Amino acid sequence: MKRNPLKRREPLTDTMLLVTITIGIFFAMYFSAMAIWGGGFLRWQRVFDMLNDNAALIIVACGLTIVMIGGGIDISVGGVIALVVMSCVVHLNGGGSIFTAALLAIGIGLAFGLAQGFLISYLEIQPFIITLAGMFFARGMTTIVSVQPQKVAHEGFKALMNTKIEIPWLGYIAKKGNLIPARAEIGVVIALVILMFIFFMLRKTKLGRSFYGIGGNSNSALMLGVNVKRTRFISYVISGLLSGIAGFVFMMHTGAGNATNAAGAEMNAIASSIIGGTLLSGGVGNVIGTLFGVMTLATINSIVTTSGLRDPWWQEITVGAMLCFFILLQSVVLSLRGKGGFKGMIPKWIHKNKL
Amino acid sequence: MKAHASKFKWSKYTQLLVPLMSILLIVIFNLLRDPSFFSIGTSTNNLGNPVLTGNLVSILNGASELAIIAMGMTLVTAACGGQDISVGALATIAGSVFVRILRSGQITIGSILVGFLCCCVAAMLFGAFNGTLVSVFRIQPMIATLVLFTCGRSIAYWINGGATPTISSPLITAIGSFIPGCPVPTPIIIVAVMALILGLVFRFTTLGLYTQTVGINQRAARLNGINPMFIKLVSFLVLGLCCAVAGCISVSRLSLINHETMLLEIEMDAILAVAIGGNALGGGKFKVTGSVLGAYAIQALTTTLYAMKVPSTDVKAYKAIVIILIVVISSPVVKKATNRLWTKIRARIPAKKEVVAQ
Repeated sequence: MKRNPLKRREPLTDTMLLVTITIGIFFAMYFSAMAIWGGGFLRWQRVFDMLNDNAALIIVACGLTIVMIGGGIDISVGGVIALVVMSCVVHLNGGGSIFTAALLAIGIGLAFGLAQGFLISYLEIQPFIITLAGMFFARGMTTIVSVQPQKVAHEGFKALMNTKIEIPWLGYIAKKGNLIPARAEIGVVIALVILMFIFFMLRKTKLGRSFYGIGGNSNSALMLGVNVKRTRFISYVISGLLSGIAGFVFMMHTGAGNATNAAGAEMNAIASSIIGGTLLSGGVGNVIGTLFGVMTLATINSIVTTSGLRDPWWQEITVGAMLCFFILLQSVVLSLRGKGGFKGMIPKWIHKNKL
Repeated sequence: MKAHASKFKWSKYTQLLVPLMSILLIVIFNLLRDPSFFSIGTSTNNLGNPVLTGNLVSILNGASELAIIAMGMTLVTAACGGQDISVGALATIAGSVFVRILRSGQITIGSILVGFLCCCVAAMLFGAFNGTLVSVFRIQPMIATLVLFTCGRSIAYWINGGATPTISSPLITAIGSFIPGCPVPTPIIIVAVMALILGLVFRFTTLGLYTQTVGINQRAARLNGINPMFIKLVSFLVLGLCCAVAGCISVSRLSLINHETMLLEIEMDAILAVAIGGNALGGGKFKVTGSVLGAYAIQALTTTLYAMKVPSTDVKAYKAIVIILIVVISSPVVKKATNRLWTKIRARIPAKKEVVAQ
């Protein structure tokens, strides 16, 4: 029986399904937080605070999403952020200008991306090992640049740090009756612009589609004429470049260089991407989902702090439990959609798409 | 026929070339730099026992936890084609269970045994949790273990109710450093015992073969009557056990537990050890010996850097350079190029080669 191929389209791809779930859960969580605790959650400022705090994470997670769609992994991003922040602060305090500092940030990120991309795609070394070495190198270099924590003393940069974009119509009326506008930092704008750019690149350009191709099945991609090695190389270059930019944004948020800056940023970024529906096996993912992944993690943290679980261990345990929940949900949802394979050998609801 | 047999035997051990080469590199470097690096002496410790000292001893001693965890990590990597990044957290949980039980009463050999058993059970339970996520729910190991990686250290903190509890007893010191009358540090003995047990298990059971089969092709393994889920679960249980032992050693060394710094980033080192050991991180064929050698190579590198008076915070950068050097040399592309070169050289001396073959 022949079917019209145009009519037999899947209603939702795996990517969109996972993204939809994440967005749904984010709103459910946020609205229930609004209903239970009210207060800060009712104001737009809470959303902007979460964005302000996580602008760098959003940028890094976007880069990581691209790498993960391409079937790789980059765990050097946290180290690169720390190195960029430290070098830029030292550079600014040594009499550099903001422009050269930005160039330095992009340069460091690009250098890491190029080196790691070359080693991974052209020398065919496992990405985990290379980016792990990259992380070690970046962290080590950070302390070589300066062991002591450094604070930015550059006046122009301080002004840039304190520049806030005010959005009056999302503000709230304070007790005294005056309007307090919602404030967003410049980093948030940079992050959102990059996010939209990558979103369109992944959707509309040949390069963007090639990332999905090499992640889904690199052999098929090769046979279809995709330059697998170059595409993989570019994915790491983009990730490195974005971690450089993220370092600059991070510095605009904190204004201080510290050897432990962005500790664990790589794992947070990976967790956000996963929550946002990117699969580590490659071929599936979306940056909008990543944005909501970051926001979901931020909301969980915010809820844990608001709910008064004062003991220091609860925050991480809650985040871990939520992560577990998301991962299980993804697994079950994908398995419900899966077809073929070992039917009957294992319970139907556990059965997943790939072996 | 005989030539063929010996050739086959060689190919069985080519995997160990990478870790051996890395160790050799470090040894040569040290010989050129300062031959006294390798001197082994004896001295008397605080308790009045003669003990072995020297860089070699401290390398073997310092790599104990790493070597033990690398053994388990090899199995998980081989069976699941992914890595467990929660080993540091898992070892910390095991260590804090150990401390919790020892602090509840008098420290005797009996209570240490009970504590050790309890922490093994706890670590294996968490290992089973990871294993279930990976085997039953088919989640990639790195993501499944991200859960415990995120919250494991907090759980350890929670078990002891905060602070950095201490346990002091000569018995604990004996586990962490030296047994009176024995000049070899106890952790080295524990590693040897673990290696022996694991070696016996591989020798007398089919665990090694089955793990390899599941790692190479899960579908084929299943069609041959092997249960991949069970094998994966077992690999995580073994890793849990290894983490428990490593946790106990680490706690005993310092006689206290600091949930934030204990065995920090050991997961990265353990994965590195597995990779330097010549095991494919994508699963399949594996050699535990390779990983253990890899662990010692990493520790030798660190000790060398310390001996060169590199500040402890900067060690990572130099370590990264050496790691990249090692993986680049052992990368498939470079290997192919050297193979090509090798065949060219062999082609130039054909007569001699023929004689050897016959």
